[in-house]
Amino acid sequence: MDLHILWFVILGALLAGYAILDGFDLGVGILHPLARTDRERRLFLNAIGPLWDGNEVWLVTFGGALFAMFPEAYATIFSGFYLAFMVLLFALIARAVSIEFRGKMHAEGWRRFWDWTFFGSSLTATVIFGVGVGNAIGGVPLDERGAYIGTLSDLLHPYALLIGLLPAALFAMHGAIYLFLKTSGGVQERLGRWMWHTWGLFLFLYLVATILTLLRYPHAATNFQRHPWAVIGIILNLLAITNIPRALFRQRYAEAFLCSSITIACMVFLFAMALYPNMLVASNDADRSWTIVNAASSEKTLRIGLLIAGIGMPFVLAYTGIVYWTFRGKVKTEEAGY
Amino acid sequence: MDVVFLSRLQFALTIMFHYLFPPLTIGMAVVMVFLEARFLRTRDPIYEQAARFWTSIFALNFAVGVATGIVMEFEFGTNWAAYSRFVGDVFGSALAAEGIFAFFLESGFLALLVFGWDRVGPRMHFFSTLMVSLGSIFSSIWIVVANSWQQTPAGHHIVQMQRDGQPWFVNGEPVLRAEITDFWQLVFNPSTVHRLVHVWIGAFIMGTFFIMSVSAWYLLKRRHITFAERSFEGALLLGTIFSLGAAVSGHFQGQNVYRHQPAKMAAFEALYHTGPAPLTLFGIPDDDERRVKAEIAFPGGTSLLVKGDLKAPLLGLDAFRPEDRPPVFIPFVSYHVMAILGVFFIGLTLLACFFRVKGSLFQKRWLLWIFVVSVLGAVAANELGWTAAEVGRQPWVVVPPVLRGPDGEPVVGPDGFVRYETVRIPMARERAALQSALFAPPAGLRTKDAVSESVSAEEVLTSIILFGLIYLLLGAVWVFVLNHKIQTGPLALEPGGRNLREVVTARADHRQSLTEAKGP
Repeated sequence: MDLHILWFVILGALLAGYAILDGFDLGVGILHPLARTDRERRLFLNAIGPLWDGNEVWLVTFGGALFAMFPEAYATIFSGFYLAFMVLLFALIARAVSIEFRGKMHAEGWRRFWDWTFFGSSLTATVIFGVGVGNAIGGVPLDERGAYIGTLSDLLHPYALLIGLLPAALFAMHGAIYLFLKTSGGVQERLGRWMWHTWGLFLFLYLVATILTLLRYPHAATNFQRHPWAVIGIILNLLAITNIPRALFRQRYAEAFLCSSITIACMVFLFAMALYPNMLVASNDADRSWTIVNAASSEKTLRIGLLIAGIGMPFVLAYTGIVYWTFRGKVKTEEAGY
Repeated sequence: MDVVFLSRLQFALTIMFHYLFPPLTIGMAVVMVFLEARFLRTRDPIYEQAARFWTSIFALNFAVGVATGIVMEFEFGTNWAAYSRFVGDVFGSALAAEGIFAFFLESGFLALLVFGWDRVGPRMHFFSTLMVSLGSIFSSIWIVVANSWQQTPAGHHIVQMQRDGQPWFVNGEPVLRAEITDFWQLVFNPSTVHRLVHVWIGAFIMGTFFIMSVSAWYLLKRRHITFAERSFEGALLLGTIFSLGAAVSGHFQGQNVYRHQPAKMAAFEALYHTGPAPLTLFGIPDDDERRVKAEIAFPGGTSLLVKGDLKAPLLGLDAFRPEDRPPVFIPFVSYHVMAILGVFFIGLTLLACFFRVKGSLFQKRWLLWIFVVSVLGAVAANELGWTAAEVGRQPWVVVPPVLRGPDGEPVVGPDGFVRYETVRIPMARERAALQSALFAPPAGLRTKDAVSESVSAEEVLTSIILFGLIYLLLGAVWVFVLNHKIQTGPLALEPGGRNLREVVTARADHRQSLTEAKGP
């Protein structure tokens, strides 16, 4: 397979891995205000306590791989969306420290402050990811060197904002199912209702986003005409989304979680198909777009990167497996934790 | 204020804040491995008690380190886009390797380390500690590789980018970038090993001094005596070895800096003029008069250390074109304060060892007080070493190698200035006549050419202010929580030496939690 395509696929896999794994803990953050007592809030935090940090490493590795393999795309996106990335960074910092600091003191005010910080930062980070995707699908203006020439307000158009809400609903659903699996009793009953609410919200946003995308950016669908096999991704996506309520109804919650994970992976796939063969579309002049070929590092570097990933990824999957296996089952607040 | 200055300021602010944590965690992890190994061997609960306590503090430092570390990876793209385009092919690989080899290892096993006391056995827990320690060391390897490549680039060539199969010009100028030619030469570029050893030693000094600081404080307050004495002794032994090691490694590193980055060494020692170089103990460099005021110096000392000859001339700043000279004041001051602190660590640890052998160490309250505050010196030495290294690298972000003659010595041009290697770019035919005469750029990248094209000064200023506020808050909360943890201290052992796990379980107010003091 062509090295550029291969790396495009690997980046997609890293992004999907990130979205599935960090997706549920971001979702837990978005649902955090639903916890009614301090015990419930600690339960929520303990459910993701050992896992969220490792999940975020997928984002860090995605960023590192983008830098190494497609430096031009990395440079243009990160510098072009400067203030958006700064807000994202502040959100990620705030999120990390709110999880870590919250439990360190007893004072009510202290805990409330970090609770709201955790909620606000989780929601902000998720929406920014979505707005970024919305802009990538629409394309942004680039100069001859391939650098961004718009302003921040150009990035905040209604379509992008709508796409920003989509992962918020999706991750909230994903997080609700995850929390349902990890809890029991009264809080679990409430989460059971929220799984349905968030599913409904997500479905609504998904349909609106699909229609708007097809109307505004018909080019996003051209790859499906060129490569008809890719329709499998759409079918799988629809099956997974519709199977979630079925699985919930039959009380097969692990199956529902699997389906929401597949849904996320399919969304990343659809996003990649909307972009390919571009990394970033220039909305003002198609010749300035960063394609997977002209944004890429040299072939030698792509090959070295492949070797690094080939050696490293089996280990990564092994650690991830060990950690998730160790912390399987329901959480309690009595354990070492927050 | 321009984008270049502001971006440098922001990078300095964020990296210096971030760098409070990695050396602390690298250093502490080694001590935790030692404690858990002792526990496995002796099953003496005091070691488990100590390991648990330091692990809970480690986790706090690690969390802040991770939160501030992600900023660094993003900043290359947000603030230094032109740099990222130029070096991504080379530098990016090291960064991606760090993510895959180091971060997953650290974060995965950290979960077992912090949350796994009751979920995995002692052997697995020890293994997790070992893996976290290894992960933090891997991380330092890749990041020092990447940074060293900027200082002494190797294993790459600088070429014109291709666009749709054609050499790419923008506004008539070829678009250049560095591409890997030899991965292992890049990894083992001329300064990697020297710098890595020095960074590790710096981290170990910081970790051991941190542990000695907290332990000394407990001893002064007569709390957790056995725990504190054991921790202090272990850390003192390692701290003494590393303090001595720092001097040896620093010496070799100094020689290497002079060999590969003579302009940087000239800035470190404020050598305005080429000639025999003194070893300055104190002085105030004056750029206008081009001399060091109020100087107390050992004549020929630096020449002796670098070349083994008091009279050997060293290249001064006057051997470089004005636009190739680094600033002097900051590198000079930070380099010298770092070196003085290094001497102080040697003196302090040797003195403590002397009293330990005599058996009176823990009665010397004045000495313990010095240890309580000396951790700040260790933090400062780590920060200042990097400050000297990075400001001394200016005005380059990627330093072009010095051009060398057949004898291996730097080539001095007819104008009296040291020459750097340049890039030869084969020009497209129609442009050859126009460009070839004026285009043979140095084989590096200037800092002023490295910033993002599409970011304005206002945007950077906004983010600096926000980073400043957030880091101020974060720093304050970190100190507050750290202080709270230290005040609370390790879980007490009950007389009779019961297994700690039973003790912990029996204590209702603490349950089995270490990361949180729960209310009744």
